[in-house]
Amino acid sequence: MDFKYILLMRHELLLLLVALIILMVDLFTSDKKKFRLIKFSLLLFTIATLVGFIPVKPGVLFGGAFQGNALTDFFKDILNVAVLIVFLQSDGYLKKIENTGKTGEFFVLIILTLLGMDFMVSSGDFLTFFIGLETASIPVAGLVAFDRFKSRSAEAGVKLILLSALSSGVLLFGISLIYGATGSIYFSDIAKHVTASPLIILGFIFFLSGMGFKISLVPFHLWTADVYEGAPINITAYLSVVSKGAAVFILTIILYKVFKNVTDLWETSLYVLAVLTMTVGNLFALRQDNIKRFLAFSSIAQAGFIMVGIMGTGSLGMTSVVYFILIYVFTNLGAFGVASAISSASGVETISGYNGLYSTNPRLSLIMMLALFSLAGIPPIAGFFGKFFLFTSAGSQGYFILILIGVLNATISLYYYLGVVKAMFINKSDTPIPYFRSSNFMRLSLLLCVAGLFSIGFIGGIFEYIMSISHLLF
Amino acid sequence: MIQGISIYHFLIVSSLMFFIGIAGFIIRQNLITILLSIELILNSVVINFLVFNRYLYPNQLQGHFFSLFIVGVAAAEASVAIALIINIYRRIRNIEADNVNEMKY
Repeated sequence: MDFKYILLMRHELLLLLVALIILMVDLFTSDKKKFRLIKFSLLLFTIATLVGFIPVKPGVLFGGAFQGNALTDFFKDILNVAVLIVFLQSDGYLKKIENTGKTGEFFVLIILTLLGMDFMVSSGDFLTFFIGLETASIPVAGLVAFDRFKSRSAEAGVKLILLSALSSGVLLFGISLIYGATGSIYFSDIAKHVTASPLIILGFIFFLSGMGFKISLVPFHLWTADVYEGAPINITAYLSVVSKGAAVFILTIILYKVFKNVTDLWETSLYVLAVLTMTVGNLFALRQDNIKRFLAFSSIAQAGFIMVGIMGTGSLGMTSVVYFILIYVFTNLGAFGVASAISSASGVETISGYNGLYSTNPRLSLIMMLALFSLAGIPPIAGFFGKFFLFTSAGSQGYFILILIGVLNATISLYYYLGVVKAMFINKSDTPIPYFRSSNFMRLSLLLCVAGLFSIGFIGGIFEYIMSISHLLF
Repeated sequence: MIQGISIYHFLIVSSLMFFIGIAGFIIRQNLITILLSIELILNSVVINFLVFNRYLYPNQLQGHFFSLFIVGVAAAEASVAIALIINIYRRIRNIEADNVNEMKY
């Protein structure tokens, strides 16, 4: 018996096992005892996360279709931690009376989409990539429509499934053209045959459009705000951090490995997309009052910044992207955590509703302020270091005008991030949200986020470590 | 390979199907018809894979496998989409895309 298969696929197999156990236990639990399922699932998932940290020798399975190395393992660990934080934050939402019967489904669906993302991250050919992508995106539509008696949630679900199916179709059309031109679906074989022939260019454009949908780059971003607004807030956090992070990671790998010979081609298209994404995301974020729509446009703008980092090819680009996603996990989940705590305690989801929050809930407002400062990139907090390395990476290839546009956009973004801070700290309100004590799980998740925000930027070893493992890819 | 029919004929058909699907997705109002348009797109991809495999790389099977998986995934996608469309129908009593417009801008 060869243990190589089990060891290399340990993240995926553990997630599958956890999902199946939760499904079975959920089946045999009566509705009155469903609240115990939360602790049980959290325990199981924490164990799976911790086991994932054990290092294993790199290797390749199924003739190159599945690759496991230090970088993919590290990225899967990031995703696991992010999902763990999302689970901790969902405690208040799941304890609502209308959701108690759906606790098991919530955990199982999220864990199965995470399984799809892990396969996508490890994929070594377009088939594994495609199946992982679909496993990661079909159940998400069910999660978005989780509040199925609210018409907004139902609407968001239908919009997401139709648009993601369309984007998969476009992406597949691109892959089929690339297959026609190169005769293989394996990344390594395709890379040898890629030239700037018309068929490859056409295929690449279709492929990039499909991926742009998943990452919500600007001409393809229109679904983002609607879906983020309609979904339950914890699912929005999941979508904006985990789904997006995994898609960005695999896009970077494919661009660097498969389209290595046509770097000029994809850098031109990415240049335009990055500028558009940053600018439009920022400008639309200015006029939002709903906190979920606001964070949606802010996450579109952040995706634009990541594209700037991808422009610096080579291991520096890869490192800066992974490092930024690591920081983005703690930053965005911190902001969403506070929004989710407020939403489950008082139902308020508008920025104007946050007026005077500091006078009643000072600690929550401080955490929200830290997260927003990190998103804007203000120095002592981790977000600054993330953006700094993204711009450094683009600078190493000489894209100084792009960096200028990026910095200008970062400045514009300060305006709306500080707008939320102003609402919480300065604006007066006759009826501020009354003081509430959030659940222990929520407090733990916010503690994790704050610890991440302060420590990641200052522990220099993290960046060095990512740098050393992303060297292995090239 | 079929005598008298070149790869171009197949590719023209599949490209036409793809763009008819895109047009249908944009123009059609009924959510089920939009779903049909998506199926058209996915089927055009299947034709592409099969034809490329058969005409250009006849001694391997990667395209065939890929098309099988596309059919399977398309079925999964359609089932989830129809479930969500039924849910919409229960909320607003019709499935016209123009009426699914509570959230905009």
